[in-house]
Amino acid sequence: MNLQEIIDRLNLTVLTDPRDFTLIQPDGGYSSDLLSCVMAGAKSNYLWVTLQAHLNIVAVAALLEVAAIIITENAQPDSATISKANEQGVILLSTAAQTYEVDGKLWEMGIQIHK
Amino acid sequence: MSPTTRVPTKQEVYGRQGRSITDQDANAINRVEELSYDLKVREVMTVKMHTATPEMPLSEVLEILRVNRISGMPVLKDDQLVGILSLEDIVHAMQNNELSSPVSQYMTRKLITVASYDPIVGAMQKFSDSRLGRLPVVDENHKLVGMITKGDITRGILIALQKDYKEEEVRRYRASHLFEDIVSDRTTLVLRYNIKAHDFTHGGNASSNIKRALLRLGADPQIARRCGIAIYEAEINLIIHTTHGGILKLEVESHRITMSTTDDGPGIADIEQVLQPGYTTATEEVREMGFGAGMGLVNIKRCVDKMEIESTVGKGTKLTMRIYVPTENLNVRKEG
Repeated sequence: MNLQEIIDRLNLTVLTDPRDFTLIQPDGGYSSDLLSCVMAGAKSNYLWVTLQAHLNIVAVAALLEVAAIIITENAQPDSATISKANEQGVILLSTAAQTYEVDGKLWEMGIQIHK
Repeated sequence: MSPTTRVPTKQEVYGRQGRSITDQDANAINRVEELSYDLKVREVMTVKMHTATPEMPLSEVLEILRVNRISGMPVLKDDQLVGILSLEDIVHAMQNNELSSPVSQYMTRKLITVASYDPIVGAMQKFSDSRLGRLPVVDENHKLVGMITKGDITRGILIALQKDYKEEEVRRYRASHLFEDIVSDRTTLVLRYNIKAHDFTHGGNASSNIKRALLRLGADPQIARRCGIAIYEAEINLIIHTTHGGILKLEVESHRITMSTTDDGPGIADIEQVLQPGYTTATEEVREMGFGAGMGLVNIKRCVDKMEIESTVGKGTKLTMRIYVPTENLNVRKEG
């Protein structure tokens, strides 16, 4: 399942610069709004689902090299956050749905955790 | 031929292989666009070329085109460019059974030329607008000095990129051999960062710079990642908890990496307590941003081989973290 299919099926809004999302194949996912938990739990190339939309999520995502951040409940990152994400190559996606719902759909689509 | 041969766009789309774009990739994308402005037509054009005269019979030109496997040539009269003759023009003449006619009768007189001093992006634009495969290049006196094809442009960009790539390789090689090339009893590279209190805007900058530096020094990506996470947590602690911020220091040696933060307050009263997972003194405001989960030091401990905290209330705190570099050393860059 590539990121473009995920964007289409979950009807996500792409907040950062467009690029070829079919080349990105997330390995799994992680959900939390606590940055230290994300630091501990999210692996590289995971999708990170969160309600947080402030600047610091970009630094966390860049360090962990996550595949993309899905920001839920229409939380809006400001323009500084979006430009920082573009600069660091972090993909920001947005949805009106709640984290629980996004996680459930991703799991159904096969984005699961492989231990 | 497709009219959409704007090189930067293709690179933008197809140049981004893989799952995430690193800063280096981002540079490469911009580099192609940059090159299309930096490179001049004269640097990529073909200088050696066959030319025809208006009086030459078409059959003769056809023979030159055939032998040299080219699809067209400029027509010169007294050193002045007067037209261009393509295979298409010759086909046209063949249909009329007039291969013995002179070039002047079938050549294209409406000339689209590019200037030798123009950036190649100008030529790309003309190729795309005109749908032509080759264009004559003229100098400031409108004298023919060469021919340019799309292939010339692609080759020119590739050669320039290859040069860039080699330079980066050399730079990376130099950095990764730092510890071999500099002979001493003990070589240490020290990086220092000043972290301001409550400066959430720049939170994570030091850690991402450190991670990049370690990769350039040839560190194993896994070790660079562990350092990145530990440093991030330490950096955020300085931002959240200190009175005046602090100093973040990284000392790289071939066999170990030592990271430390030093601040001048407020200090920690009970170190055992702050090491408990979930214990936090962060304000509600900071916690709303997702910080202050009480997991920072726990994360650091997980990522490093050794962690030490010394603190005096009212004086400050020193956090020291150490990662030992296993096998070989930093000089060995793992592939893939």
